Amino acid sequence: MSEPPARVRVTGPPRRRTPLRRTADIDAETRLGEVYLGSLLREQLWLALRVLAVLVAMIGMLPLLFHLAPGLAAVEVLGLPVAWLVLGVLVYPFLAVLGMVYVRRAEANERDFADLMDEVDPGTAPR
Amino acid sequence: MSIDAAPGIVAITLVTLATLAIGTWGLKVSRTTSDFFVASRTVNPRLNASAIGGEYLSAASFLGVAGLLLTFGADMLWYPVGWTAGYLVLLVLVAAPLRRSGAYTLPDFAEARLGSSTVRTVCSVMVVLIGWLYLLPQFQGAGLTLASAVGAPTWVGPVIVGLVVLTNVTSGGMRSITFVQAFQYWLKLTALLVPAAVLLIVWAGDGSPRSIATGDGWSVPLASGGGQGLYLTYSLILATFLGTMGLPHVVVRFYTNPDGRAARRTTLVVLVLLGAFYVIPPVYAALGRIYAPDLAEAGRSDVLVLELPRLMLDGPGGDVLTGLVVAGAFAAFLSTSSGLAIAVAGVLSQDLVGRTGAGSRLDGVLSFRLAAVVAVLVPCSVALTGPDVAVAKTVGLAFAVAASTFCPLLLLGIWWRGLTDLGALAGLVVGGVGSGTAATLTLIGPASVVGSGWLSVLCEQPAAWSAPLAVAAMVGVSRATRRRVPAHTTRFLVRLHTPEGVPLDRG
Repeated sequence: MSEPPARVRVTGPPRRRTPLRRTADIDAETRLGEVYLGSLLREQLWLALRVLAVLVAMIGMLPLLFHLAPGLAAVEVLGLPVAWLVLGVLVYPFLAVLGMVYVRRAEANERDFADLMDEVDPGTAPR
Repeated sequence: MSIDAAPGIVAITLVTLATLAIGTWGLKVSRTTSDFFVASRTVNPRLNASAIGGEYLSAASFLGVAGLLLTFGADMLWYPVGWTAGYLVLLVLVAAPLRRSGAYTLPDFAEARLGSSTVRTVCSVMVVLIGWLYLLPQFQGAGLTLASAVGAPTWVGPVIVGLVVLTNVTSGGMRSITFVQAFQYWLKLTALLVPAAVLLIVWAGDGSPRSIATGDGWSVPLASGGGQGLYLTYSLILATFLGTMGLPHVVVRFYTNPDGRAARRTTLVVLVLLGAFYVIPPVYAALGRIYAPDLAEAGRSDVLVLELPRLMLDGPGGDVLTGLVVAGAFAAFLSTSSGLAIAVAGVLSQDLVGRTGAGSRLDGVLSFRLAAVVAVLVPCSVALTGPDVAVAKTVGLAFAVAASTFCPLLLLGIWWRGLTDLGALAGLVVGGVGSGTAATLTLIGPASVVGSGWLSVLCEQPAAWSAPLAVAAMVGVSRATRRRVPAHTTRFLVRLHTPEGVPLDRG
């Protein structure tokens, strides 16, 4: 009885060169890598600033509004003074919705970045 | 002690026992140093968010807000609004990058970002000071609550809270505290919501009476005094919106998320939980204006939540509701104090106590326990011996100091490549000294120095000038020392901002 032959891993010849991934540009801190990272940073910062701008425009303007138009304090909606209705109740769902919109868009930005990193540059792609 | 004290004593005993029981159960599942510090990062977003809510809703939220609203009216609504909106600002600017930085504390973040142990040390000192500034009113508030609820001497509250916190923190660390805090959020919500609902029914049964007092500015969401009022309101908004991200016990929680995405989702759930809580205190204020207007005049508005149930409802119904709100108030002291004690102890043990040990696992746990004792004992003894300071005022100043120091450091550190160690130091010193001096003058300064004009207004709410000054100092000095920008800055920004799934070198 002869020894069973040693197992051999059967593989084909490499069909393509390993493509240069875009992540390598970021890792090597090339100028292209800076562009990739910079685009993600800019997207996320812009998104954050837009959300904060909405916050300031809707909530941050209220003290100024009541300062300039003191008559507003006497206005009642649904039997509640308008300041109490807005700052006591409505502001909380508003903040939650704003947060929800932010989370969805921020995750979308990150998915776009991950997709961009997965793509292979046409110049380095195999034929 | 009268029969009136019975519900309060039962409530406090039950909360204390439940807290210790959950804490002990946590001890069985927390064994490593990592469990102690960060619950080994295995906390899911909903549990973590409940824990953050439980930790964040302090006595100032549970008792203080309703009292302030009763006394001053709608301009005090900015406190709960700011405490919630602060989490939105934290969510959009800081949450995910802070988690991805891998930093456990603010000093960790500063050192990793800027590579400077000097900045680290300055941050450690600031964390301990802000933590103690925040702990002090918790201990004093506990004394006042026990005095009001069960007629105990004022030293009993700080001692009980101090002992329970110390037992829990030193036995189970972060893992057991996470369960305790999550439990305490839901306890606080129930303890505030159920009595409010019952009291609203009582009010409707009385024929929905309205307050007789009108036209006293109760519905104006602005501090009085024209231009000064406008400044005070905007400065308060700035302090709370920006200060939240710089509070030591808030930051520590982010490390317990598994990744940046979970950190964002946790923060979003926190926003919802805080909103659900903060719609209730105005109900107490509005009912108090009808049924207990004399509390505000007597300067005892802080006990409004504790005393309103008995004022509106006689017999066992009022007793049960009183027991419930006392339980909620006591949970508020315990949870916020525990969170702060953990944060301060974490910094103390890493930067002071830990350096004497050999750094082995056992030493880690041991030094954490030692640090926790120091973290609790110092503010506790100040609360027992020191002068009385207003609860809400002290908490408000802690926010202002955080907004003027750690907020600029986090924002510029996360979003600006140009930050240098010297720039960060300059900003921390300018913001810290500016807001710290204002806080000291407001809390213990002689009235003759501060007066009642613009100077006192600027000291009472320093954030509107001290936070921009700190940012200007950080940017200006960083620009002037451009050559000191750390070499690893780009690599660190990759770590902060790229999703974990992308295979990148994160240093």
